[in-house]
Amino acid sequence: MQDEPTPTELVQAVADFLRHDIAPLISGHQAFKLRVGINALDLVVRQLTQATAADAAEYARLKRLLGQDGALIDLNRVLAEQIASGALDLATPGLKEHLWQTTLDKLAVDQPNYASYKREAGRGQDGA
Amino acid sequence: MIETELSRCVASFMAGATGVRGAAKLSGGASQETWRFDIVHPDGDVGAILRRSPKGYGAAPGRAAGLDNEATLMRLAHAAGVPSPEVLHVLSPENDLGTGFIMRRVEGETIARKILRDPQYAQARPRLARQLGGIAAGIHGISRAALPALREMSTTKEIAELAREYRSFDWPRPVFDLALRWLAQNDPGPSAEVSLVHGDFRNGNLIIGTDGVLAVLDWELAHLGDPMEDLGWICVNSWRFGEIDKPVGGFGPREELFAGYEAAGRKVDADRVKFWEVMGTLRWGVMCCGMMQRFRQGPDHSMERAMIGRRASETEIDLLRLLAPRGEG
Repeated sequence: MQDEPTPTELVQAVADFLRHDIAPLISGHQAFKLRVGINALDLVVRQLTQATAADAAEYARLKRLLGQDGALIDLNRVLAEQIASGALDLATPGLKEHLWQTTLDKLAVDQPNYASYKREAGRGQDGA
Repeated sequence: MIETELSRCVASFMAGATGVRGAAKLSGGASQETWRFDIVHPDGDVGAILRRSPKGYGAAPGRAAGLDNEATLMRLAHAAGVPSPEVLHVLSPENDLGTGFIMRRVEGETIARKILRDPQYAQARPRLARQLGGIAAGIHGISRAALPALREMSTTKEIAELAREYRSFDWPRPVFDLALRWLAQNDPGPSAEVSLVHGDFRNGNLIIGTDGVLAVLDWELAHLGDPMEDLGWICVNSWRFGEIDKPVGGFGPREELFAGYEAAGRKVDADRVKFWEVMGTLRWGVMCCGMMQRFRQGPDHSMERAMIGRRASETEIDLLRLLAPRGEG
């Protein structure tokens, strides 16, 4: 077992240092690159804190939808193939909800400030 | 050091030019660079831009039209009344600057978020959607007989190309499969008209001034194809930069783009435009994945490229909003 602090705490501390202590000292193209770097660290923190629960829920939905078990990536491969072949489509019960939930969970890690995400995350499941 | 070659070069095409100053690289990957500089002239300095592939990077990869073709297209566009920077000189081997061209610099704003938010463009913004319709009509109206050799694309070819690229990444994205399936089932077939297509006609490739569009830039992806492709591409949500209820580049509604296009004497096919918007959304998603691949395989091992890979999911939510909406707006 590895010791504390956790990867999340370490990456968060580095991101905060760069954001608060270094960013104000830098300008021009290097400042742009630093911002991209801080964004990457923030993304890593979100993934470390959110992905386990989201992946578990995605895995459970995929097993139900496909009626088979396997690694998460392999189930995603099967789903992709079945959509491509037309074996599953938006009329398949649960497919639309699955694609939406999986995509919302990705955006919550990748780009939580993306305007389409903010609009859709603010909706209830019924679309209201 | 580039100023030495540029000084020799400008003297060869502009009478009275005595040299250059202030050369600065604006952007550049391994194969293509953009420089700004001023041509020193007794009647006053002339602002200029150099767009070039450095020596040894001549070949145009994949989709690129090639810099010589870009220069030709910009001259044709300029002659057709499309706002376009004046091409001053096409590089020749004796210029020792690689391949490319020099154009007059147009002063204005290209950064999409500034155009959408800064107060000095408040007057121009509501006019832009309609104005861009007229400009697209101007591009599509350029006589095919005058055009250089360009690749020809169709809906069916583009679907096949996107499918091939997506599959080459070997990473499952069920939403991309849903989009590819929708595209194949809704393929409208060959366009009745095949015209010049700009190929990257969007917010971000425009120079905007306080009165409106000053120039259309970046003809790198120009090709022959369905003119509706340009109208669909400018509506892709990725180019609205947060203004998601204003489909045309974050500026205004589709109706105004279409009105501007039709006022210039051309017909809009709204269904084909919608089709190309879905295709364009997927295309940007595939391009984001491609950036990730290039990051992983090098030589451009940059953070920026890596992070663009994490923007492919933006196009997934936009594809779902187009193809499986959960509600209005």
